[in-house]
Amino acid sequence: MLTIAPGLRAKIIAHARADHPDEACGVIAGPAGSDRPERFIPMLNAERSPTFYRFDSMEQFRVWREMDERDEEPVVIYHSHTATEAYPSRTDISYASEPGAHYVLVSTRDPDVDEFRSFRIADGTVTEEEVRVAAGLTDPE
Amino acid sequence: MAIEVRIPTILRTYTGGAKSVEGSGATLAELLGDLDSRHSGLRERLVDGSGLRRFVNVYLNDEDVRFLGGLETPVKDGDTVTVLPAVAGGQR
Repeated sequence: MLTIAPGLRAKIIAHARADHPDEACGVIAGPAGSDRPERFIPMLNAERSPTFYRFDSMEQFRVWREMDERDEEPVVIYHSHTATEAYPSRTDISYASEPGAHYVLVSTRDPDVDEFRSFRIADGTVTEEEVRVAAGLTDPE
Repeated sequence: MAIEVRIPTILRTYTGGAKSVEGSGATLAELLGDLDSRHSGLRERLVDGSGLRRFVNVYLNDEDVRFLGGLETPVKDGDTVTVLPAVAGGQR
């Protein structure tokens, strides 16, 4: 199960809407081992594409090093699909490289409906999990 | 002194769980060959027939080696090499 503060969920959706029709992507970092997403880090989509995303390699290096220095890890890795459902594609599964992360998928195909789902992707296997939006959690910042 | 190589979580099965390992060589290719002699299979995850795998990022100190010399990038004692899997995907 992914437990996330409502403000962080809203930030992911706002980023996805802002970058539509391109795919948006990013990370929510949290203290290592805590499973608590806390620090919202929108990333550039180096592909600037409606059908593909890839973190910019230098930005990823800086962000990963910063997480390391702060003893954080990528608790959530999110990206959007702009014309299809919020479910991991074959491409998403084949490149998934953080077995401990919650992979959040958002779809922006319908401007009036927010699709927000979370998955574990490990060893080529996708497992959908419940998303609990915890109103009690304090939104960071 | 040696070259420190930082290993991402998903590849630590090759390093007995270690976050970083040490190796030597004059180029990145030699370094990866040296690492593979102790961490068998690691090189294969980073390199294919034509060079570095497309969805693996390798950095020498603060630079992506793709912008340096790829596998032929010179390395030396005291350098840090960081391996990160690219974060990528798409809707197809």
